[in-house]
Amino acid sequence: MHELAVTQSILDISLRHAQKAGAEKITGINLVIGEFASIVDDSVQFYWELYAQGTIAQNAQLHFERIAGEMTCTNCKLSFHPKDTDFACPDCKSEFVQITKGDEFRVESIDVE
Amino acid sequence: MTIRVPIVENILNANDHLAVENRSRLESAGVYSINIMASPGAGKTSLIEQTLLRLKDKLRVAVVDGDIATSIDADRAAKAGAQAAIQINTGGDCHLDAVMLRGALEQLDLTQFDLLIVENVGNLVCPASFKLGTHKSILIASIPEGDDKPYKYPGMYRGVDALVINKIDLLPYVPFKMDYFERGVEVLNPGVVTFPLSAKTGEGMDAWTNWLVEQVKSKR
Repeated sequence: MHELAVTQSILDISLRHAQKAGAEKITGINLVIGEFASIVDDSVQFYWELYAQGTIAQNAQLHFERIAGEMTCTNCKLSFHPKDTDFACPDCKSEFVQITKGDEFRVESIDVE
Repeated sequence: MTIRVPIVENILNANDHLAVENRSRLESAGVYSINIMASPGAGKTSLIEQTLLRLKDKLRVAVVDGDIATSIDADRAAKAGAQAAIQINTGGDCHLDAVMLRGALEQLDLTQFDLLIVENVGNLVCPASFKLGTHKSILIASIPEGDDKPYKYPGMYRGVDALVINKIDLLPYVPFKMDYFERGVEVLNPGVVTFPLSAKTGEGMDAWTNWLVEQVKSKR
């Protein structure tokens, strides 16, 4: 949600780092987005095409690396992908589980010239 | 020639940084703060009103209210005894963020207060992603909303420090399975402190206000 603000944020972060690196052009932006971070890739792509116009990022390709959600049972240490409405450990049925993957929401790197 | 520049920066970094600044500002002034979130109609304002009435002679409280429109909630807080009540009209934004809270903090002489209550915009989704810098975040779930909400809104349920279950006086009238609800909560937020209560009848309110007073005192 908030793809507009998210897109602006991605652009700000990318331009700032590109400037620091003395880059002339940003050709690619590599994003890492976990399953539990609710972002619609197409919406970000849409806003990107509007917002990046006139900047050194205007022809940059957005790459979305999606990380599958994972929970780990603190009781029996099993890691699993949670089913929709049942977050309990599929093995020992413990409810003491932690999210170990899927929360990622970051700009990993940019490709520049 | 293409070079890869590593960044590894969180996309909501800017807001998080401001949230840290807000927190410093509150700490320097000795003010304890909470961010109350819930669906529209769950009872945020009612809980705040009842809390204010009960804390009248114990704590000096400022309230910051976020809404898309009107000052209805800030007015209610002022009537119920808040020493200051500021309304933020977001003009369409579905959540408060750290920038908006900073604006409100600038309007307050924080040295005059012990507790700041922020009432977020009614919304079970977006506020969960935007830190404000308050010491604790509180979710109000209400009985008529149904027992499946933890499963459907995991982001919100996971991120809060305390859970108020409001409108327990309606349990005899709606199909709410408390064990199903509690199971969902426990998995997402093991050990989260919960306060089943009714802002309307007063049942359970003492546990909530006592806890709040304890939290404020422990920060001094």
